[in-house]
Amino acid sequence: MSEPKHGAWSTVVAMVTHLGHRVTSALQQLGFVARFFVVLLLSSGQSFRRIHLTIRELYFSGFQSLLIIMVSGLFIGMVLGMQGYETLQRYGSADALGVLVALSLVRELGPVVAGLLFASRAGSAITAEIGLMKATEQLTAMDMMAVNPIGRVVAPRFWGGVISMPLLAALFSVAGIFGGYLIGVVFIGVDEGAFWSQMGASVDFYHDIWSGIIKSFVFGIAVSLIAVFEGYDAVPTAEGVSSSIKSTVVQSALAILALDFVLTSFMLREA
Amino acid sequence: MSDDNLVEIKDLDFAYDDRPILKGISMQIPRGKVVAIMGGSGCGKTTLLRLIGGQLKPSRGEVLVDGLSVPKLRHDELYDLRRRMGMLFQFGALFTDISVFDNVAYQMREHTDLPEELIRDLVLLKLNAVGLRGADQLMPAELSGGMARRVALARAISLDPMLIMYDEPFAGLDPISLGVIGQLIRKLNDALGATSIMVTHDIQESLQIVDYIYFMSDGKVVAMGTPDEIRASQHPFVHQFVFAQADGPVPFHYPAKPLVEELLGKAAHERA
Repeated sequence: MSEPKHGAWSTVVAMVTHLGHRVTSALQQLGFVARFFVVLLLSSGQSFRRIHLTIRELYFSGFQSLLIIMVSGLFIGMVLGMQGYETLQRYGSADALGVLVALSLVRELGPVVAGLLFASRAGSAITAEIGLMKATEQLTAMDMMAVNPIGRVVAPRFWGGVISMPLLAALFSVAGIFGGYLIGVVFIGVDEGAFWSQMGASVDFYHDIWSGIIKSFVFGIAVSLIAVFEGYDAVPTAEGVSSSIKSTVVQSALAILALDFVLTSFMLREA
Repeated sequence: MSDDNLVEIKDLDFAYDDRPILKGISMQIPRGKVVAIMGGSGCGKTTLLRLIGGQLKPSRGEVLVDGLSVPKLRHDELYDLRRRMGMLFQFGALFTDISVFDNVAYQMREHTDLPEELIRDLVLLKLNAVGLRGADQLMPAELSGGMARRVALARAISLDPMLIMYDEPFAGLDPISLGVIGQLIRKLNDALGATSIMVTHDIQESLQIVDYIYFMSDGKVVAMGTPDEIRASQHPFVHQFVFAQADGPVPFHYPAKPLVEELLGKAAHERA
């Protein structure tokens, strides 16, 4: 009878060992990311001295994400308009539709959804580009030419993402508010004056808009850092690059949602 | 270190984790010469180039380039040294997002303050030297393998380096491109007054263009000599390599159990 016991025991030991390995390797990875981030910041001078390097990345990750961000914002705003009206009119406060749409977008949906879209549109492209440059020895070639690949390739992409993200989130909210206006005022017939004036009176710059900007800025740092790190750390094969792209999208999504929770709890506590 | 040698490697060991790659390598690369390092795939040739370029650090021994000990250099000193080195990668490693012209101009723009007109003239001269002046506006994806290798060569010599390293310059080329690259390596070396180190396993092409050959096997230097000495060599490894024999000191089979045992079991093998 001692055999099955022994088997169960070794399974438990194996599970604990496996868990331990996962934890230590996750910690190690976190350490790598932190070190990478420090090196990235130290090598960032070039991104601003030769600003055209960063502007080029702003174009690729920011400008080229505009369409998907604006269209998604418009649709989300239209859905908010319909759902919000449906709920508010039950309590006879359909005039507050503008407030509901604006607050949901500026505080939460703008930064979070724009961040998720940015991660899948621009983050994955950054990881793929850096990963393939590594796989085809372009980064090694650059290093052999005495050009630091972190300063020349990684940092401009990082800063391009960090600068783009708050702008994209703001435009997402603007498109969403317009979508809410289209549905609420133009199609359903909520009073236009009440829609805008209530919105204007209730949306506070510091508590609502500023907290949305801070969130989108933090998400921008997180997504851009994950994207450039995954690319730079990719195993230099087709399989490795594909797995890094997957990690960028998954980790960015998790990071955005977790950070949103943390930031929201601090911001509401302050308020 | 003798002034006649641009690169000197002394008693060099290198291991990836616990797996030894290089074991006690010593070499001298004289100034102005084209030297080939030959050996089968996986014998540590490319690792040796990376040690000379300072991308890897040896576990023991010395790598001197122009009198400087490469493993001991600080990051900025290493970058200063690398500006005087050019490297041709196995598959070119061209920057795929910029044109042929911009690839060749890359280092000039990164490391010099030359005006754009002068850079244009220099780039066209470099491209002319490899016969691709007419292809300056093409993108790397539009080039054939041989052309890409030549552009990479033009890029490697863009700052007139003192040392040019070639990692498998002949791999995957058709016979004509192969001959062209071989001739270019020799001519550019002599025209620039540079020194070249070429890692390759293409024995016939190398014998025609190089001044000296080192043979490596299993992380050690097993033979060396001028092309004439190599052709006449009776060394079994060199003989196998020069005459491309399938079996010899380098075995055809990867280490494995005897075939009979693998197929029919241990008992059958013992009976046999």
